Amino acid sequence: MAETGTYLYAIAQDLGRPLAAAVVGVAGAPVHTITHEGLVAYVSPVPLDEFGEEPLRRSLEDLDWVGETARAHHRVVEAVSEETPTAPVRLVTVYTGEDQVRDLLRHRHDDFAAVLAHVTGRREWGVKAYAAPAAADSPAEGESVAESGKPGTAYLQRRRASLRNREDVWRRAAEQAEHVHAALAAASVASHRHRPQDPELSGREDPMVLNGAYLVDEDRAEEFVAVVDGLRGQGIDLELTGPWAPYSFTVLDLGTAGLEVLDDT
Amino acid sequence: MAEVARPGSAFSQPYGRGASGGREPANLADILERVLDRGIVIVGDIRVNLLDIELLTIKLRLLIASVDTARELGIDWWEHDPWLTAKDRDLVEENRRLRHRLAAAEEDWETPRRRSLDRWGERSPEEVKESREYREPRGPRKSRRGDRDG
Repeated sequence: MAETGTYLYAIAQDLGRPLAAAVVGVAGAPVHTITHEGLVAYVSPVPLDEFGEEPLRRSLEDLDWVGETARAHHRVVEAVSEETPTAPVRLVTVYTGEDQVRDLLRHRHDDFAAVLAHVTGRREWGVKAYAAPAAADSPAEGESVAESGKPGTAYLQRRRASLRNREDVWRRAAEQAEHVHAALAAASVASHRHRPQDPELSGREDPMVLNGAYLVDEDRAEEFVAVVDGLRGQGIDLELTGPWAPYSFTVLDLGTAGLEVLDDT
Repeated sequence: MAEVARPGSAFSQPYGRGASGGREPANLADILERVLDRGIVIVGDIRVNLLDIELLTIKLRLLIASVDTARELGIDWWEHDPWLTAKDRDLVEENRRLRHRLAAAEEDWETPRRRSLDRWGERSPEEVKESREYREPRGPRKSRRGDRDG
């Protein structure tokens, strides 16, 4: 089973030259390009016994496999995006051959060109905000119920007060997050709020109140970072990541666009 | 707080480009959030069932646990409202504490009762009284239930 498919990482503006450094993709294969009228697709061969339809279904169950594949995919996208405007393609987009990718570039040329024009000269920054930890867990003091001799009642009242207090903290943090997002949106070309990541898994007790992505002109990045720093404190904790390839600003759902090509053959 | 970029440092060392030119891996959760949920969605002609991808995103919390260290975690953008999750956590915590209190109350009640049974026949009137008083925790437990329902 030496059969191979073509794994697609990203579509970008054609550099007219190879990347500065060779990059290795998923399954350890070197990445190469397919070009068409100013567009370039970054691809690499993948064994179909691992990336074919049925094997993929199993592979996606293997969480280590997914993590490894995601890192490899991301590595390629980043390498490309550092040199040319890039639209990342979702993980595990696989074609039976390079001709199919070439057809895709031809059929959707204008869509891709429009998406790439939007992100040219721009990078994505991620900003997450968490409700500041300090006040979130402090129980309300001065509730004079503890001496009543009914520990259960006192306990519940303390709990209610504590919850109220915590909700207040979060509400304030959420309001502050609105303010932060507005300020960052004003300092960027485009912005997008993603769903907050789960507090239990973020590695932080504090709830995330903002998971924002901001598309920023490359020559204004320093300014953007300064705005972020100016917004720190005030009841929330800000976490800045990036610059990223413009993952959040190249969202384009082509559905089965590639398949109509197949129907012709 | 290693991930919080400071002015200047964000530029000399953004996450993907170390000063040395070496690549430091970004937080896996942040990567997964991007490669699975954003960018261009095309169905290649090797068809990956979209449902599989959706199921995958649900499994990611497990992925994270198995692939990266716990403190690097930070995903689950698709299903949890932070408020809701926090409430869930509060319920779990409350449940744990109530169980703990219940166990403690039962132990309080059982211990002197056993002691007085061991010394059956030589109890002072005070001890008899004491053993009756120890039945009281049963009362408050019921009324506590009432509090909760009310």
